[in-house]
Amino acid sequence: MATVIVVTSGKGGVGKTTTSASFATGLAQRGYRTVVIDFDVGLRNLDLIMGCERRVVYDFVNVINNEANLNQSLIRDKRVENLYILPASQTRDKDALTKEGVERILTELKQGFDYIVCDSPAGIERGALMALYFADEALVVTNPEVSSVRDSDRILGILASRSRRAEQGENPVKEHLVLARYAPERADRGDMLSVDDVLEILGIPLLGVIPESSTVLQSSNAGVPVILEDSSEAGAAYNDLVDRFLGKALPHRFTSIQKKGFLKRLFGGG
Amino acid sequence: MLLRSPHLASEETPPFELKGSLFTLTVLHLFQMDRAAIERHLVEKVKQAPSFFNNTPVVIDLEEMTDSPEGLDFNGLYELLRTHGMVPVGMRNGTPIQQAAARLAGLPALPESRANGGAKKPDKTEPASHSRIVNHPVRSGQQIYAPEGDLIVLGAVSAGAEVIADGNIHIYGVLRGRALAGVRGDAETRIFCQSLEAELVSIAGHYRISEQFDSADRGKAAQIHLMENRLVIEHLTR
Repeated sequence: MATVIVVTSGKGGVGKTTTSASFATGLAQRGYRTVVIDFDVGLRNLDLIMGCERRVVYDFVNVINNEANLNQSLIRDKRVENLYILPASQTRDKDALTKEGVERILTELKQGFDYIVCDSPAGIERGALMALYFADEALVVTNPEVSSVRDSDRILGILASRSRRAEQGENPVKEHLVLARYAPERADRGDMLSVDDVLEILGIPLLGVIPESSTVLQSSNAGVPVILEDSSEAGAAYNDLVDRFLGKALPHRFTSIQKKGFLKRLFGGG
Repeated sequence: MLLRSPHLASEETPPFELKGSLFTLTVLHLFQMDRAAIERHLVEKVKQAPSFFNNTPVVIDLEEMTDSPEGLDFNGLYELLRTHGMVPVGMRNGTPIQQAAARLAGLPALPESRANGGAKKPDKTEPASHSRIVNHPVRSGQQIYAPEGDLIVLGAVSAGAEVIADGNIHIYGVLRGRALAGVRGDAETRIFCQSLEAELVSIAGHYRISEQFDSADRGKAAQIHLMENRLVIEHLTR
């Protein structure tokens, strides 16, 4: 049975789409048949970050409206086997998402996939609610900053009260925290919340800490999920995150200040 | 209206208010109406515990009277008890004639005690209390109300969350949001939390916002209650 995972945050710009792209890619790399769905109807971004924007013919809304079938709209990733992308529509808005339509598509996808990753839009309106409604598990992406943490807290409340699992009184949605754009030296100076501060407020298990890194920006502009940049800290952090999600016990990295070695100082790097 | 500004309160408040309340009272079980015997026994009792007999209110119970003269001298009994430091405030379990005599002496008849009076046993289907127990954290944007009773939260109350009760509020976690107890006006209600970092606390409409907290109270286990219409924050210490 396929698992539906929503990547959500409440606040915009914290790294949901970056996380969705890398997480889905990581699952597929490890041999799981994975599809990642862009729920941000009207503000389509996932295809850019996955580098498949030129291959979009039909989209999520076309399938909901029965204007195309799933096989026509799923885009197969060229780099990683077992990975598919269902892009959002850029010309429509979130009202195009209906509970019945989304449920029908998810049910169909469950036949052929192990993991269905739902990339949620920001906010707590229809798009975000539809993305999380059918979720079994949730990656809540937060930045070490008070407003982001507050919004994540709000989303956790919605997951606990308005998801299908909550409404039907089943086991609650399993929650995971992803702390993105973390800079240990700034947390140490008190400019940012620390890992412990965030964990104390949100009180859910930490799945991964993604360090602030210029590689994230470069790779998203290049249309390559950052997890494929093995040598970068952010890529390594996402690889750890996927392994932890699949049950490996790995210590958290990039949470404390790294002393830069002589060569690193000489040649830079990050 | 959940909140009432303290300034407005003084202008709108009527001169008095009637409210029910429960008291623990001493009951004097009278066995026989023998003044001399009563007085002897009283003197002895007072000698044993002088501090107890200091205008102590008592209720006279006639249930176990061995001889039951209809014309009990309540005025005499009243004087006798007063002189030994007791203030009779009522009587119970007498015959209708005894009750009438007591009323003439200024002693109202109180309802019979539950143990003997064949009082109704509590209905088994009726819940023991109206407490509402929430066994998950209350997140930002959520509002939880416990009508007609206490609210018990097993977990934190986040900033931007609101917990409301007609009764007391107990939070086994950090209180970062708003907590409003006694919203129907019960000034006896209290708020308890393991760490006080609230945005606002309110009891029966008297509120205080985060900015007005003493920094010494912040982050402490605390109880909040009303004392003479003022909110008091007390640390809970073990």
